[in-house]
Amino acid sequence: MSMINYASREINCKLVYYGPGLGGKTTNLEYIYERVNPETRGKLISLATEQERTLFFDFLPVDLGEIRGFKTRFHLYTVPGQVYYNASRRLILKGVDGIVFVADSQPERMDANIASMHNLYENLAEYGYDPRTLPIVLQYNKRDLPNALPIAELREQINPDHLPEFEATAVEGEGVFDTLKAVSKLVLKSLG
Amino acid sequence: MMADGQWAIAAEDLARLDALLASFLSEARLRCALLLDRTGRFLTAAGETGELDPTTFASLAAADFAASDQLAQLLGEADFSSLYHAGERQSMLLADVGGQAILAAIFDDRSTLGLVRLQMRALLPQVAAVFAEMGDRAPAPGGPLDPAWLAAAADEIDRLFNG
Repeated sequence: MSMINYASREINCKLVYYGPGLGGKTTNLEYIYERVNPETRGKLISLATEQERTLFFDFLPVDLGEIRGFKTRFHLYTVPGQVYYNASRRLILKGVDGIVFVADSQPERMDANIASMHNLYENLAEYGYDPRTLPIVLQYNKRDLPNALPIAELREQINPDHLPEFEATAVEGEGVFDTLKAVSKLVLKSLG
Repeated sequence: MMADGQWAIAAEDLARLDALLASFLSEARLRCALLLDRTGRFLTAAGETGELDPTTFASLAAADFAASDQLAQLLGEADFSSLYHAGERQSMLLADVGGQAILAAIFDDRSTLGLVRLQMRALLPQVAAVFAEMGDRAPAPGGPLDPAWLAAAADEIDRLFNG
C-alpha cells in the first residue's frame, strides 16, 4: 500500500524482509545500512532482545532522492523469524508493497523455510493481499556454507511459483543489493 | 483511495490537516503534534519537532499502536482508542483516527494530560472527516508513475544500490 503525497511530492513504499529465524534478514539490513550513501539513509532501528534476536522488527528508511519532482523513499522492515512471534510478523505486513523472502540454504533449515513460506502466505491472506500480484523475491542466503543445498533443490521446495531468485551470502554482502534492486524495481513497476 | 491499494494525499487535504493541527497545538498548548498513517508513514506535523526524526517516530508509534490493538483484543476489547506515555519532562498521547491514521500529541509542563485529552476529543472527528473524504475520492488522475518516471527511478535504484 504505497502512499503518494501530492502535497509534499513524496512516494513512500514499504518493503518487508521475511523468512525463518536466524536466516539473515537483519544481516541484509545491516549491510545495506553500512554500504548505502549515509546521506540517503535514516537511522537503523532494531527492536531486539538482549541476545540480538529480532523481537519486533528492524527498520531502515532509504531515500532514492528526487525523481522527476517526486521524492521517493523505501521503508525497509524485517520481521522476527521465530515461529512464536507470528502476531508481530502479521502487524509488520500491514501495508506492505514488496517482500524479500530470505531462505536459509542449510539442509537442517529446510523445514523452517517451508513453514515460514506457508506462514507468509497465510498472513498475506489475512489482509486480503494476493501473493500472485504482490512483488515477492526470494533470496537463498548462506551460499558460502559448505553444506548449502543445491539451488535446484531449494527451488523445488520453496519456489514452485518461480519467483525472481537470488543467491546471497549476506554476511559478506554478496547478493544483498541485487536482491534489493530487484524488489525495489518490481514494487515501483507495480505502482505504475 | 485508502485502505488496501495505493493511496494519495492531495495538497488541499494536507492544508486542511495542517490547519487542524495548528489549532490543536495552540488550544492544547502542545510542544508538537504529528499525524501518521497506520502502516507507520509520517504525514505531517505542527509545532516544535526540533531534533525529532519524524520517519523513525512514525514507524515506532504505528508499531506501538498496532501492538496495543492486539493486546486490547487479548483482553476482549475491540481496541484501545488512545495510548499515554508519561515521561519526566515530556509526555505523549496517541489516538486512533478512524482506524486510518494516528494522531500523536507531545507536551511538556506547559500543558496537562486533561487539557490534551479534552482538546484531542474535539479534534479527532474533524481529522477523521478529512480522511473519510480522502477515502471516498477517486485517486488523482495522471500520477507521477508514467513510463518515463519508472525508467528514471530504475536508473536511480541501479546507481544508489550498487553496494
